[in-house]
Amino acid sequence: MAQHQNTSIFSADLVGPAIRDSFTKLDPRRLIRNPVMFTTATVALLATVLLMRSIASGGDIAFEAQIVFWLWLTVLFGNFAEALAEGRGKAQAASLRSTKAELKGKRVKGDTVKVVPASELRAGDIVLVETGDQIPADGEVVEGVASVNEAAITGESAPVIRESGGDRSAVTAGTRVISDWIKVRVTAEPGEGFLDRMISLVEGASRAKTPNEVALTVLLTGLTLIFLIAVGTLPTFAAYAGGSISVPILVALFVALIPTTISALLSAIGIAGMDRLIRFNVLAKSGRAVEAAGDIDTLLLDKTGTITLGDRQATDFLPLSDVGEGELIEAARLASLGDETPEGRSIVELAGAGGTAPSGKEMVAFTAQTRVSGIDIGERKIRKGAVDAILKLHDFDAAAVRQIRSLTERIARAGGTPLAVADGTRLLGAIALKDIVKAGIKERFAELRRMGIRTVMITGDNPLTAAAISAETGVDDFLAEATPEDKLELIRKEQSGGKLVAMCGDGTNDAPTLAQSDVGVAMNTGTQAAREAGNMVDLDNNPTKLIEIVGIGKQLLMTRGALTTFSISNDVAKYFAILPAIFVALYPGLDALNVMGLSSPQSAILSAIIFNAVIIPLLVPLALRGVTYRPQSASRQLVRNLGIYGLGGLIVPFVGIKLIDVVVSGLGLA
Amino acid sequence: MNDILSGLRVTVATMAICVAGYTAAILGFAQAVTPATANGSLILRDDGSVIGSRPIAQGFTAQEYVWPRPSAVDYDAAGAGGSNLSPANPALADRAAALIAAHGREDTPIPADLVTASGAGLDPHISLEGALFQVDRVAEARGVDPSEVRAIIDRLGERPGAFFTPAPIVNVLELNLALDAELASPSATE
Amino acid sequence: MEHVFIVALIVGGTALLSLPLGAWMKLAMDPASDRMTRWTSLFARICGTTEEQGWKRYLVTMLIFNAIMFTVTFLILALQQVLPLNPDGMGPHDPTLVFNTAASFTTNTNLQHYSGEASMSYFSQLAGLMWLQFVSAATGIAALAALARGLAGRATLGNFLIDLQRASFLVLLPLALVVAVLMVLLGIPMTLQGSAVATTLEGVTQTIARGPVAAFLTIKQLGTNGGGFFGPNATHPLENPSFWTNGLAMIAIMLIPMACVWMFGGILGRMKHATVIFSVMAVFILIKIAGSVAFESAPTSAFAELPVSTETGNLEGKELRFGATGGPLWAVLTTSTSNGSVGAMHDSLNPLTGLMPMAGMWLNATFGGVGVGMINMFLYIVVAVFVAGMMVGRTPEYLGHRIEAKEVRLAVLALFFHAILILGGTALFAATSLGQATVQDPGAHGFSEILYEFSSAAANNGSGFEGLGDGTGPWNIATGIVMLLGRFLPIILPLAIVGSLMSKRRAAESAGTLGVEDATFGTMLAITVVIFGALTFLPAAALGPLAEHFSLP
Repeated sequence: MAQHQNTSIFSADLVGPAIRDSFTKLDPRRLIRNPVMFTTATVALLATVLLMRSIASGGDIAFEAQIVFWLWLTVLFGNFAEALAEGRGKAQAASLRSTKAELKGKRVKGDTVKVVPASELRAGDIVLVETGDQIPADGEVVEGVASVNEAAITGESAPVIRESGGDRSAVTAGTRVISDWIKVRVTAEPGEGFLDRMISLVEGASRAKTPNEVALTVLLTGLTLIFLIAVGTLPTFAAYAGGSISVPILVALFVALIPTTISALLSAIGIAGMDRLIRFNVLAKSGRAVEAAGDIDTLLLDKTGTITLGDRQATDFLPLSDVGEGELIEAARLASLGDETPEGRSIVELAGAGGTAPSGKEMVAFTAQTRVSGIDIGERKIRKGAVDAILKLHDFDAAAVRQIRSLTERIARAGGTPLAVADGTRLLGAIALKDIVKAGIKERFAELRRMGIRTVMITGDNPLTAAAISAETGVDDFLAEATPEDKLELIRKEQSGGKLVAMCGDGTNDAPTLAQSDVGVAMNTGTQAAREAGNMVDLDNNPTKLIEIVGIGKQLLMTRGALTTFSISNDVAKYFAILPAIFVALYPGLDALNVMGLSSPQSAILSAIIFNAVIIPLLVPLALRGVTYRPQSASRQLVRNLGIYGLGGLIVPFVGIKLIDVVVSGLGLA
Repeated sequence: MNDILSGLRVTVATMAICVAGYTAAILGFAQAVTPATANGSLILRDDGSVIGSRPIAQGFTAQEYVWPRPSAVDYDAAGAGGSNLSPANPALADRAAALIAAHGREDTPIPADLVTASGAGLDPHISLEGALFQVDRVAEARGVDPSEVRAIIDRLGERPGAFFTPAPIVNVLELNLALDAELASPSATE
Repeated sequence: MEHVFIVALIVGGTALLSLPLGAWMKLAMDPASDRMTRWTSLFARICGTTEEQGWKRYLVTMLIFNAIMFTVTFLILALQQVLPLNPDGMGPHDPTLVFNTAASFTTNTNLQHYSGEASMSYFSQLAGLMWLQFVSAATGIAALAALARGLAGRATLGNFLIDLQRASFLVLLPLALVVAVLMVLLGIPMTLQGSAVATTLEGVTQTIARGPVAAFLTIKQLGTNGGGFFGPNATHPLENPSFWTNGLAMIAIMLIPMACVWMFGGILGRMKHATVIFSVMAVFILIKIAGSVAFESAPTSAFAELPVSTETGNLEGKELRFGATGGPLWAVLTTSTSNGSVGAMHDSLNPLTGLMPMAGMWLNATFGGVGVGMINMFLYIVVAVFVAGMMVGRTPEYLGHRIEAKEVRLAVLALFFHAILILGGTALFAATSLGQATVQDPGAHGFSEILYEFSSAAANNGSGFEGLGDGTGPWNIATGIVMLLGRFLPIILPLAIVGSLMSKRRAAESAGTLGVEDATFGTMLAITVVIFGALTFLPAAALGPLAEHFSLP
């Protein structure tokens, strides 16, 4: 899946198999899944039988044969659209499957190691994977550490570290260990692993209709029934007028009126939507999840990594009133020499070159427990660290403590994180660390707001800092000092207010929140638990993608809606083409309805049915690409789509049918 | 069962209030305040016998009377109705041709209302033009000057919706009563 | 020019009047728990229950009460010859006519295969038909109130019998009293005396039917019932004696259907949404009026060869006292609202004018019948929201209710039934002697008569192309069944939709959700109404009114 291929839609290696599939898909058991196309095929069959009879008895064979031809073509075009959409996934599935077929594992039992095919590995088995081996099954690292190339899954060739314990323990079948060794406890039964799921996903084999798709199918089927009544009653009406309408013509009118265009493209749209997501390196576990993404009302975004760059940087030194700035800077520099975290290094960097550390020094390294680093130079103990941690070191002068408190509050208000510096029993001042907000993130949030999506920043910072950052980035709300329980609580609260919530997560402790959220995107580097809990996996581990995922979900639904509107609007023109053609024999005056001035009744009917068929392949690129999506409010979105696809759907067929009529009558086909 | 019982209770209540109470209230009001119209706007002779109802057309065929619009039910006020003929139906043309002949004035286009039946067949009015169209015939039959007839017609002409209906109309029964009252009728001179 | 004034005054004036009435209907039908408590407890005492009903219970109670309505009236009509208040000695009816008439008035249709003054006793008219004109209209208002409660997110739909009494006693009765008094003052008869017998100036005996007309016609108009006291309905000079009674009646026809939209918005607490719906309905009605008035100004085509003045338009079947606008305007109003009383003979309208009333009945939601018109529009809203919702890239939602397969299925089913009742019925009668033998006019117009009759029955309208000989047994039975299905399916299915919506978690609204309060949504709704409501009937229209029009010389 490395290939972010941009294969053109109609590339030869896809079109060939798709054409073949168009015929195999004529199997009624597959057609019945799409009631409108099934109806079209049934009607085409009926017309074919009648054509046979006409051939036997000698009717207007040329005209009838053309109708039959175009009816079948309508069905085939629908199959073709679906096959083409599936074809793109199938190529990817084939390469994944070849990866899978070769997998072998070294199963460890007691002291013996035995090579077995991956298909014999059961959950709970322990396998040894050494340099150069492919990991045979999904699992957790239980022992060892190794660098793993996951390109087979993610397309990213830079190796990642996988080790036992912590949040980087999950490994995926098909990836390759490139150095060291690990022991892996298998977690997936054969055929249920990540690779298997990916194969079936990209193939579209496990594609169940989404709720929206089911509802749309119901609507289209209902419309078909309504038009069945409208067309089916016509012979009696004509009989009243003392005439009759031949069955092939009725069939043509019926097929022209029922929503074949959208029905033919419906599954292609769905497959293409999933495919867009896959090519975006996000795996959705179901089509339902993709659609849910379009419905998201609230996005929970982790501050670090999503809104801000990963690490905080020192920006200011703020000495107490009786301390010189130089003294504070020097003390801060010295105290940070023992701090290897990015924050510590940024302090040293900001302090700039100073005197070398005096001899007799002893470094005190930063640890997460003490939250303090420093240096001992003889009796002198210089310390820097979290304000509370520093203040606990000594009983400092009360006035100084008051000062440092007001300094730290000022820093927090500005969105920074304060550190304190002390030299022995003297407080020197504070260091301001600041989050660096990602470029362009503010505009993204404004976009989301226009789309009606609320963003909530999740952070471990204190509320003052969080408020400052949220003001700076334009996020709608924040959850400060967040614990996993707080997150879960927040999601439940949003959901009880009728909102759909999306979030990203990677750690095991994110699993419950990922499971609770409506769209949970797990990072591929995350733990197995997280990947199981989410309904999407981001192979690039980029939490910012959540925003694009929402867009892809919306685009999928919009494409369906737009093509439905287009398809139904077409009926107006088709009526004006076919009705006068049918009725002019009964009431010559009705030629007044032939507003397009079509050359003959037969040509009119044929042109309408040809338009009805060829519009399908013409719209395939749109169905596969999706309609243009812009982040904007629903009402502007509607104006735009209604204008393009509603009005377009009214006008295009008038032009198209007229043009086809010119050709058809010019060629003497009717 | 409870639903049926409850339903029957509501049936009784609505019958009592919306049918009996409501009818009694309106009936009482009408008979007290507008007894004449409430009982059908009848026009009586001196002996108390009924000539007709002011808003109900009656047939006139005698030459000395202004004729009303045709009636599909022959002015049956106990079984009213229209012709319901479609506007293209040749039966309409046949009827109109007969009426045009009866009016005997093929020189001028006849006002459309004189050859079209109303919805109930009881339209008491004709257009003012329709009345004026008949002046010569009526005047001749009554042996009076047409201007006398015309004066009465003009006086009785009304605009039914004031400002909203520019075309004046005239009640045929009232007009004919006025003609009888004010002008010599041939039957009276005989 | 006077056309514009009259239309503006009648339609615009009624729209203005509908606002306060809508507010009152909201208060009366759906009072907050601390308002109108004395009325509520009185109504509860009368029906003996205060049960809070879910959608199924509400429907069951409604159907049982409607069955009682049908039965009681059936008995009254069937036994009128032995019942009191029969001064003109009306005899027994044909059984199929009794079935048809009871069905017709129970369903708020008031299709009349009889002539009132010729065959109905005063008791039948008042206790049978006029009673149903109150309670069938009240049924519609109650159903709408229930629908709105469900959409507003209440736990239950309320209690049908209490709602029915609220609608009868607090909405219809006070309005009827006011309008009937005005009608009496404008000269409409109100008497229990039998027919008067006159000797005309030319010495002919003329029997003049009369009766308690004012009370009857008032509720007939207010409740979109439309069944005339006299056979030719509001063209009869005693039922509609002047330009002014005609104007007042047109206002009465439109008033409650318009106010129902405001009541709906009021219960939902979404008046802007109601304004959008109201505007869409108003646009449709204005288009139909413009078409109707314009088409009807063409002269009667049968007179083309005759020396007949052409200035006054087509006057066949029309009353002079209503002016040139009265007939075509009334024809649109009465069919847009499922009223069905006629102010001119629709059969004699010019072909394209006749198409306007048919279109009104096909859509059946451009104000529509009291209560049910708004319910029908709800079906179009569900479909519009579904398609538009996808176009904005979300799972479609209406007022926070997710529209999914089940709701779409029920809505489309209701629209499907409307189509099949009209087209299926027309097909059966047009193809056989059942219909062919009963038409009056030649050519496409005869087909229009059949098409109109089924449209009227399915839309619960009640008007007709009355040249049709529809008093036969097959017509009585077929239209009776169509009326019953056309009445109850479009109440049952929407309430089932609401029942389904109520069981789901409601979604929050944001800038990303489809707004139902702006002109864009109004446009979408209008398109949906045209495509789902009108396109289905275009072939039939082509073979009826359009064929007739284009075949005119």
